[in-house]
Amino acid sequence: MRIGLVDYDAGNLTSVETALRALDADYLVSSQPEALASCDRLIFPGVGDADSAMQVLKQRGLDQMLRDFAGSGKLILGICLGAQIILDSSEESATTCLGLIPGRAVRFPSDAGEKIPHMGWNRVEPVQPHPLFEQVPADASFYFVHSYYPVPENEQFVLSRTHYAGIDFASAIRRENTWAVQFHPEKSGRFGLSMLQSYLDCTD
Amino acid sequence: MLEKRVIVCLDVRDGRTTKGVRFEGNVDIGDPVEMARRYYEEGADELVFYDITASAEDRGIMIDVVRRVASQIFIPFSVGGGIADVSAMREVLLAGAEKISVNSQAVRNPSIIDEGARRFGQQCIVLGMDALRDPSMPSGYRVVIQGGRTHTELDARAWALEAVERGVGEIVLNSIDADGTRDGYELQLTRMISEAVTVPVVASGGAGVPAHVSEVFADGRADAALVASMVHYGDYTVSDIKAEMHAQSIPVRRRW
Repeated sequence: MRIGLVDYDAGNLTSVETALRALDADYLVSSQPEALASCDRLIFPGVGDADSAMQVLKQRGLDQMLRDFAGSGKLILGICLGAQIILDSSEESATTCLGLIPGRAVRFPSDAGEKIPHMGWNRVEPVQPHPLFEQVPADASFYFVHSYYPVPENEQFVLSRTHYAGIDFASAIRRENTWAVQFHPEKSGRFGLSMLQSYLDCTD
Repeated sequence: MLEKRVIVCLDVRDGRTTKGVRFEGNVDIGDPVEMARRYYEEGADELVFYDITASAEDRGIMIDVVRRVASQIFIPFSVGGGIADVSAMREVLLAGAEKISVNSQAVRNPSIIDEGARRFGQQCIVLGMDALRDPSMPSGYRVVIQGGRTHTELDARAWALEAVERGVGEIVLNSIDADGTRDGYELQLTRMISEAVTVPVVASGGAGVPAHVSEVFADGRADAALVASMVHYGDYTVSDIKAEMHAQSIPVRRRW
């Protein structure tokens, strides 16, 4: 089982790589579409801004690779910004995003009396059973840092919800073999590592 | 509900953790990587490392500490001290830190905030701000740099607002008056800045007992609290602080 870690100069690559190394995973960090396409599963991380992320993905031909990979039926796990740019669009950016899951990313309201970004540990309430949550206790918290959140078009794409700024936003989403989490499992202590381990181990 | 964060702060000099009162009289209190590991296991929500050597030739030692911490600590951590340009930021982030804290460097050259936020994202750039009580300033607090040794002409609230405008994603607010006293955080300062800005504010300086931490959340409206001496010398553990917060009905991560 070889995991491809998509390198597009978008932030938290080192953290995810470090977590994979701690889990003794067989992984490859690459920005080459062909190398990544040959992997069994992908992790698509990212922090920062949707617009510049999409530009780099396009320049490197990674946008099409990700669409083809999703179409092939192999698993993709998006993390943080990765969970937003797999949607159709983001309020943050005029650019079209990848469209792997129908929906868009929306900014937290500035008038809810809460700080933006949503930064820190928060609860993740699963709304349907899923392999990612199998090894995680119900009262575990995960680390978030983001100003936009995913709004998938269909309720059936929602795996978990998290409460912030008056909104129960979708903190984990999936459509078929494309999964994504808005929080950072690689920075969420041992329960975050358990979740990544579940992604490596699951038989989907 | 978002939980209030307990952040452990380690001042690192020549690769060793040190602690002094009001930035003076530093003593060696241990290996930063071992200490980081212990706080991670005790339930710290985040860690902060300040490189107080901060000279160019010793940068490599700090980068090595960052790398070692990143390889065994799976919670977020930030690094500050002498980071003056985008390439230094990049080096620290690539070594495994989540966030970069800029303080004196941002006062001298505020555009470093804009450049850092544009390059790495707003969430990566933290403003470290040292404030000193001064009734002659509009907000009642003056921004000082170099650990309080040098006064600036900046008003604390105005500088916080400018830094947010330029793109910081968080402010670590250190009270020079309270720092090292163990008499409690400066609540008035913390509340004023936290209510003025839209980004999270981390209170720093003055914590001596767990009740001080609860206080800065309840009365100081902080989003996170920095602790150092109260956990470094074995008086309290991070778990003690969290138990006290929970007893005061402050939302806190209790399972790790």
